[in-house]
Amino acid sequence: MDSWLKGKTAIVIGERDGVQGPSIAKCLEAAGAKVVYAVTECFV
Amino acid sequence: MDPENQAQIKKISDGLEKIKSSNNLIVVLGASDLDGALISAETVTDGDPSFSGPLAGVSLKLPVYHILEPEIRDATPKEVYDENVGIWSLAVEPEKIEKIGKEFKAIREKISA
Repeated sequence: MDSWLKGKTAIVIGERDGVQGPSIAKCLEAAGAKVVYAVTECFV
Repeated sequence: MDPENQAQIKKISDGLEKIKSSNNLIVVLGASDLDGALISAETVTDGDPSFSGPLAGVSLKLPVYHILEPEIRDATPKEVYDENVGIWSLAVEPEKIEKIGKEFKAIREKISA
């Protein structure tokens, strides 16, 4: 069965002290979503 | 949320709106702290609550998810999820993950109402 994420366009806002942008993007892409923007925010 | 990221999100959303494809757009967050994640979620649905960034007063109503939510976890191939996020889903208490899921679901229901 296809994932509901298949065909979705995704914006990813990760966090340095949490789950980082590239890690989230890999998950979404593996599920069939198209990641158009992925970033890791850093609050200091 | 960083003003530069707000500007990018607005640009992407506006661009997809023009080609009538914005209903496919979602935002996925990875913040470790729930309050911070909820502020980011508010920013991409109701607008920047601090009124300092490009999304101030802009209500994009984008469906927003957290990477730890079951909706995302269950839709992702297990081996990829475990490799990239697994450590976090173990490090964060199950009660907190449940709370994140409830809060984000409520936000999505609010924008689709």
